[in-house]
Parts: sequence; C-alpha cells; structure tokens
Amino acid sequence: MPAVSKGDGMRGLAVFISDIRNCKSKEAEIKRINKELANIRSKFKGDKALDGYSKKKYVCKLLFIFLLGHDIDFGHMEAVNLLSSNRYTEKQIGYLFISVLVNSNSELIRLINNAIKNDLASRNPTFMGLALHCIASVGSREMAEAFAGEIPKVLVAGDTMDSVKQSAALCLLRLYRTSSDLVPMGDWTSRVVHLLNDQHLGVVTAATSLITTLAQKNPEEFKTSVSLAVSRLSRIVTSASTDLQDYTYYFVPAPWLSVKLLRLLQCYPPPDPAVRGRLTECLETILNKAQEPPKSKKVQHSNAKNAVLFEAISLIIHHDSEPNLLVRACNQLGQFLQHRETNLRYLALESMCTLASSEFSHEAVKTHIETVINALKTERDVSVRQRAVDLLYAMCDRSNAPQIVAEMLSYLETADYSIREEIVLKVAILAEKYAVDYTWYVDTILNLIRIAGDYVSEEVWYRVIQIVINRDDVQGYAAKTVFEALQAPACHENLVKVGGYILGEFGNLIAGDPRSSPLIQFNLLHSKFHLCSVPTRALLLSTYIKFVNLFPEVKPTIQDVLRSDSQLRNADVELQQRAVEYLRLSTVASTDILATVLEEMPPFPERESSILAKLKKKKGPSTVTDLEDTKRERSVDVNGGPEPAPASTSAMSTPSPSADLLGLGAAPPAPAGPPPSSGSGGLLVDVFSDSASAVAPLAPGSEDNFARFVCKNNGVLFENQLLQIGLKSEFRQNLGRMFIFYGNKTSTQFLNFTPTLICSDDLQPHLNLQTKPVDPTVEGGAQVQQVVNIECVSDFTEAPVLSIQFRYGGTFQNVSVQLPITLNKFFQPTEMASQDFFQRWKQLSNPQQEVQNIFKAKHPMDTEVTKAKIIGFGSALLEEVDPNPANFVGAGIIHTKTTQIGCLLRLEPNLQAQMYRLTLRTSKEAVSQRLCELLSAQF
Amino acid sequence: MSWDEFGECMRFMLLFSRQGKLRLQKWYLATSDKERKKMVRELMQVVLARKPKMCSFLEWRDLKVVYKRYASLYFCCAIEGQDNELITLELIHRYVELLDKYFGSVCELDIIFNFEKAYFILDEFLMGGDVQDTSKKSVLKAIEQADLLQEEDESPRSVLEEMGLA
Repeated sequence: MPAVSKGDGMRGLAVFISDIRNCKSKEAEIKRINKELANIRSKFKGDKALDGYSKKKYVCKLLFIFLLGHDIDFGHMEAVNLLSSNRYTEKQIGYLFISVLVNSNSELIRLINNAIKNDLASRNPTFMGLALHCIASVGSREMAEAFAGEIPKVLVAGDTMDSVKQSAALCLLRLYRTSSDLVPMGDWTSRVVHLLNDQHLGVVTAATSLITTLAQKNPEEFKTSVSLAVSRLSRIVTSASTDLQDYTYYFVPAPWLSVKLLRLLQCYPPPDPAVRGRLTECLETILNKAQEPPKSKKVQHSNAKNAVLFEAISLIIHHDSEPNLLVRACNQLGQFLQHRETNLRYLALESMCTLASSEFSHEAVKTHIETVINALKTERDVSVRQRAVDLLYAMCDRSNAPQIVAEMLSYLETADYSIREEIVLKVAILAEKYAVDYTWYVDTILNLIRIAGDYVSEEVWYRVIQIVINRDDVQGYAAKTVFEALQAPACHENLVKVGGYILGEFGNLIAGDPRSSPLIQFNLLHSKFHLCSVPTRALLLSTYIKFVNLFPEVKPTIQDVLRSDSQLRNADVELQQRAVEYLRLSTVASTDILATVLEEMPPFPERESSILAKLKKKKGPSTVTDLEDTKRERSVDVNGGPEPAPASTSAMSTPSPSADLLGLGAAPPAPAGPPPSSGSGGLLVDVFSDSASAVAPLAPGSEDNFARFVCKNNGVLFENQLLQIGLKSEFRQNLGRMFIFYGNKTSTQFLNFTPTLICSDDLQPHLNLQTKPVDPTVEGGAQVQQVVNIECVSDFTEAPVLSIQFRYGGTFQNVSVQLPITLNKFFQPTEMASQDFFQRWKQLSNPQQEVQNIFKAKHPMDTEVTKAKIIGFGSALLEEVDPNPANFVGAGIIHTKTTQIGCLLRLEPNLQAQMYRLTLRTSKEAVSQRLCELLSAQF
Repeated sequence: MSWDEFGECMRFMLLFSRQGKLRLQKWYLATSDKERKKMVRELMQVVLARKPKMCSFLEWRDLKVVYKRYASLYFCCAIEGQDNELITLELIHRYVELLDKYFGSVCELDIIFNFEKAYFILDEFLMGGDVQDTSKKSVLKAIEQADLLQEEDESPRSVLEEMGLA
C-alpha cells in the first residue's frame, strides 16, 4: 500500500500500482497491464465524455505503464486536452505526460503549442512555469519557431516574477542549444547580462547558465559579463558562510552559482588588469579556503567546497598565464592525490592531466610521479587507475620516459582487460616519442607483444617495422632481438609477424653468426608456421621468398616447402597463389631479377604515427566504430603504415607478382622525371577542346586524391596498374604552374598518349589553362612531364578535368581525373591582430557573406595536423585571436585577375562530439561557399 | 542531432533500484525511445556492478556518469566531459533532500506511488538539465503552493468512485 499519499487523491492509481507490485511474475504483470490498457482505451473511446479528473487519472496510469518500460501508443490526445484545463493538477499531469512521452517530432506539437501560448499569456506565474518547462522539455524546432521570439521578452520584462524569470532563462537556453539560429540576438542581451547583478540568487544562477552558453558563440556581445561575473564571484567568496541564507549549502556560500560564474569566465581570455587583479584575489581566496579546517564534517561540505576549488583550478589552467596560481593549483591537487576520498583522488588525477600540458606547471606535476605510480599499483577502482595511466602519459617527457614506460609495462601484466589496449597504445607512443636509443624502443615493443600480444593492434606492429626500416642503426639489433624472442616455445602471433617481416628484410645482418645461420632462421620461423592464421602464413611465405634472395643456400629447402601439397594445394586461395607464384619466381628469375624484385624496402615517408591516430580515435566519443569509419581508417593506413602483404589481395591480380612482394602499399611520390623528349611532332593537344563526351568517367578513387591536394601541392594524383600521375605545383597571387608527371608502370610502350585538359563551359571564363602537348609515345618504365600554366581570372567553383587516352598493347585506355586546381590555391595569407580580425569579422556580418558548415570529423582530431592543413589551405593561421584556444582562426586574400577577395575563417572543433563547425566570411557569397566546401572536406 | 545540442548540460538523470528497476528517468536531450532503453539497460548494468567504496564518477560512452546510492536507490546523472563532477554529486544530494523534506524521510515506495510528485519536484529544481534554483526553500514553496492549488480544486469523491466502480 502507498506509504504516503500527500495532498493527492488518485486512489485508482494507487490501487493499480499496488496490483502491479503484487504481481508474482512478469506474465501476471503484463496481463494486469493489458487489462488496464484495455480499460483505459474503452474509457477514452466510450460515448460518455470523461471528466477532467478521470482523464487525469488515466493519463497518469498510462505514464506509469510507460515508465515500467512498456510502449504507449495512445492517450496523447487526452493529455493534450488536459493542457487546456483550468485546474492546475490536470494541467500539470498533462504537461508531465507530454514532457516525458512526446518526442520532438510529434504531430501534436501544433496543438501543444497552442496550449502553451495560452498559458504564457495567462500572466499566472504557475501556469507560465508549466508552459516554459514543457518548451524546455520538448525543445523541438517547431517550438523554437513559435516561442524563441517571445521568451526573451518574458525574461527581461520588468514585471516578470523571479521564478518565471528563472524558468524563462533556462527555457531560452534550451532553445538556443537546439536551434540557435532561431533565437534572435537584440536589445535583450544587454539586459540579460545585467541579471548577473540581480538581488535574487536563483535568478542570477539561471541567468549565468544562459549567458555562458550564449557567450561561447557570441563572445563580443557578452563581453561585459566578465567584469560583472568577477564582482559577483568576489562578493560570494568573501561572504561569511551564513550571509547568503538559503543559498549557503553546508556552510559553503552559493557553490552552484560560484561554479557557474567560474565556468562563464572560462569562455574568455584573462580580463583587463583592473578586473584581473580582483579575479586573482578571488582565486587565491578559494585556494586559501581549501587549506582552512572544514566547517563541517559532512561530506557535502567538502564536496561543495571542492567543486568550487576544482572549477577555479580549471579557470587557472584555462588562463594559463599566472605561474604562481598554476603552481599553487598543482600543489593543492598533489594533496588530493593522497586524500582518503576516492572521488578526490580521481578528480585530482584528472585535473593534473591538463596541468601537465602547461609549461608553467609541467615540472611541478612531474614531482608527483611516485604518488601516481603508486596509485596505479594500489587503487582498487579501475576508473581511478585509468586516470593514473592518463596522467603518467601526460607528464611523460624525455627525462622520465624510461621510468614511466617501465611502470606502465609492469602494470600491463595485471591490468584490467578493459584498458589494456589503451595502455599498449600509450606505451608504444611514448617509447617512440622519447626514444634516444632505438634499441630501447625495439625492446619495449617486443615486451609489449610478449606481455599483451592480444591487445597489440596492427598499428603498433606496423609502426615498429616502419621505424626499423627507416633507421639503419637499429636493424641488426632488431633482427637479433626478434630472433631471440622467437626462441620461446610459445610466442604470440604478433611476434611471429614482426619476426617474419624483420628477418625477411634484415636476417642477413645476423646470418654470419652460426647460431643464427640462414637455415636456423628459416627453421625457426617455419616451426611457427602451422600455428598461425592465414594472414600471418601469407606474410611468412613472403619472408621465405625474400630468404631465397638473401640466402641462395636455403633456396632448395624453401622450394621444397613451397612445393608441398599443403602450400600448392592450400584451400585458401591467397596462400595457394602466393605459393605458386613464389615457387615460380624462385625457379624462373635470375639472381639479378630476384635481387631487383626483392630489393630492400625503401624508407617510409615520415608522417603522423598511425598509433597516435588510433589512440585519439579511441579516446573519441564513440567507442563503437561504425563500418564506414573503419573503412576510412583503413584507407588512411594504406598510406600511413606498411600495409602488410597479406591484407592486400587485390594487388595479387596485377600482371607481375612482384607488385605485392614487398608488402608495401604506399608508393613513393613521383620524382621529377626527365623532360619530355622533343621532336617527333606529336599530336597537338587542344586544351579547351570541348570533348567532354569522349571523356571517360572519373577514375574511381580520384575524388579522394583530389581532396588530398586541396591543402598540398605535390604528390601522386592517380595510380592504377598501368599509369601513375604525379603532380608538383606552385602558385603565386592569381597565377600558377603545375608539372604533371605521367609514369608508365609497365614494360610496354604507351602509344598515342594524349592528355587533354578540359574546362567546362561554366569554368572556362574564370580559369585560363595553357600547356604544350607531350610526346605521344611513352616508353615502358619511362616518365614524361607536362607543364600547365594557370591563370585565375575570377573566382570559380568547378575543377578542370584531365582526360588521358592512350593505347596499351592492343587496347585503348581512357583515364579521367579531376585536376586539383582549386580556388584556395590563389590565397595569400594575411597576418592580423585580434582586434583587426574581429573588426573585419563584424564588417562581413551580412548573412550572404557568411557560410557555415557543421560536420563530423572524418579524421582523428589533432591540433597540429589541423594547423598544418589550414596553413596548407593557404590562409594565415592566426594565433591568440580566438578567445577559445581550441579554435582556429585564419585570414587571407584570394587573388584573381579581376579582383581580390578578403577571407576570414574560423574552425571550432568539438572533441567531445567529434565534430567541427567551420565558418567562412568573405565579401562574396560564392567564394565563402566554395572555400567552406573545400576546407570542410579536409577534416 | 545538431551541433548546438552538445552544449554543456546534463544529458539525463535516472533513478533505479538495487534490483535494476527503473524508478524515474528524465532526459534533457531528445533521444529515441529505443536508444533510451538501450542506454538505461547498459548503464544500470555498469553501475550495479560497481563496489561500494568505488569512486562516484565513471566514463561511459562519451559521457561522464556521476552516481550515488541512497539506501536501495541509485541516483545517476550523465553529464558532459567539461562539467563539474562534484557539484553534480551535490545536485543529486540536494534532490534527495528535497524529496526527503517533501515526503518526510523518503523511501523507495514513496517514489513508486507518487512518481508524478517526484517528477514535479525534479522539474522545480532542474530545467533542461540546468539548476533552476538551489534554494531548498524556494523549491519546496513552489511545490507546496501547487499542492494547495490541488486541494482547492479537488472536489470530494466517494471511495467507490475513486476505484472506478461507480
């Protein structure tokens, strides 16, 4: 029976709830519910009109059933009817039902909106409160459209009751979050800022929430809130614990408001000196209070006090400008590291992570290393240990890397499964980043594989191979070490992969030692063969053929293995094909050819570690990667790491088996080739011939390569089995020059080789391209070059198409790719100060001048990479302009023959959501549009 | 889901029992029914598996979860990465105090039988995931006023009528 039934009399509801609770089984409960649903349905459908009370009761029952986890598909209309009741309780239940059950795209919104409109106009504060609550709960676009204009008026009207003001502020905040474009800025904003001075602390609290969110998007408009917030905060922190009466929480004056004010201040850079002094005083007071004896033993007291303290520390870190405060904050957190409250230890570890990245406090953070290592060993809660790992990672530098890496490795032996992979990635990154001695690096990674082989992802072992291949000082050591590691009777398959790869490349460096003679190396690897999965076996087969080249003396042994039925007739097509082809290669090819085909791997181009990318991704929002992402990541890896031979089956279908042998997906960029052989008066290429109909459909994948060239000028634009097209280009003002290199990858000549540049009718008036024809014959293995002179006449959107036709063997080949000549190539960077930037930004506030795009990050969100891309895009990267240091701001001028167009851009990453917002402002809509499109595709 | 929905605010609040029965749920960001059920199930499992002395915060999906157990009930809030964990913990406590004050040493049964009241109190306290008023007095005054209104306009009824038998 009901324990309490206060001020209420829906006994039918209480009886129903009791019945449900008395049900002995799930089936009985469902039966009872179905009976009730049938009853309610018949009441709602019945001829007899229901009175308000019954309607309320039934709607309330439906709500209860819904909260039990059952679906409710009727009753919405009755709930909407309750909204127009004059009885408060009926209205209240109606609104509750709607806020719990109606989602934002319901068809009923129009009816609901009508009821809300009436209640807002009623001037009855209780009704207004209910209506505002409902708007905030549903918060749909339709609601924003209907009320976003109205609510600011309610908020700032002189005669609005305080409680309604509070509701209105938070309601507006919610609408702003869902549909900021529908909330008009205007005179009301300055009046909202002044609510920070309101007498009623409840109003101030609600207003601060609203202002904080508005200020994030419109920092200029709400700049005056800074000094008001500081003085409010100062009044709170200096007040005696009883001054604020009901807003004092366990002897802490207004903790919620304090936290919110400190948060608001984090939207801005450190304020002007006058205000700054006062703020520093506040922050010092907060830090001092932490040292005072507690006014109460209750945990609520210390929690509230420390909530304010942590927020103050966040602000100190955000400003990152007062070394004194930073070090004090660090010391305070150091005390918390040893606190008996788990919560505080957790938060201290978390906060210190951000402190570690400030140059002022990095050293101070490092002094706590022993405590943090101890936490890793003794904390009983995995989420706390996780924070300790994060902090060790953040505080790591060259001086303490060996210790931290060693501790992480030893922790890994017993670490929770849930965090092993992340620790593996972190160790791998630190070992690489701080390796002075690459033998240490190799040892560390092999240890990783030994301790936690299952958690070592492909990125990690690709990377160790990349590094060994690029650094010849470590190759002998690596070969010796993997050879020794492979001696273990049971070793992880990842070790076999690394061992197979390294010995295949560098086994010769240790073959002089009779203990690791070629035959011993081979036998050792082959003893693991049968225990391995297909991809590893495929990799080992490649190692064997490399051995044939390195060590002619083991050739017969290896040929025997390749020739065995278990290889040649293997059920797996990949293994079978490798065995057949390698056996054939070892038989037919001369030593010279073999040596050329199986030449040592060329160094990998230096680029961002794919492990780092992986860690960033792991730390990102969705732990569940969808297929699309995985695919994308894969395609990145093709360029970022040595795609192991086994993974690329498509390459096996190339005419020559050599293509796959080296197991390298990344092709080195085309070197500058010899000048085109002159003479033989080849075909004249008509650059502007309108031969679009004869053009082949754009080559698959060319879109991707195209996007890659938006921020860079050199590289491989296109490659298939026959042809490689490389580019080198330079641009100055409105002119440019592009060198196109056509490489014949086959041993047969290309005849009638005709590249054509095509500008569509739309593009032609805006872009001038001039070039000379190339020699129509391209010898096998040769490369020819073509120069294109470019002139940008006026801004343009489309890209020209490069269409190539030639005869190869008996067949006619046709390739078309978009040529990456894009508007941003004619950018000249412009440096400017913050003030100038915002002044210009404001001048370009006409809606047609601004184009904005919000999109999901397609690549890991890395600050350095983003900076490089913005610079590569051509604009200047302006530091210390945006109040939020996480944002990027750029400026530049697009040069065309006819005019120059100033461009401002702002990129706001949201790591949490893995999204970006890009805003472009230029004097010309089409330019804003095109630049926004181009740049959006880069992240 | 638009960018702006990712502002700093509480995403949702759940009350559930030791036995994994959901007693109250409040969502501050439009979430589909299916997704809600999935999240509730998943999060309950995670929280119920935790031991008593563990810390009150955990990372879950892309959110931070702040929870506290009061007798048989777990109170659980999901907030954004930048939000203040400790103040959220006290927000839970303040809500429990409000319930306690209103019902007079509140227990799980009060919340089961008067779930609508539990919602009304929460709504007076939080709106759209943000604190509306932290003063206990203000919140309770608002609720009591509403109760008064209720008593005024409730006409007396016979017991039979109440039970739907009239």
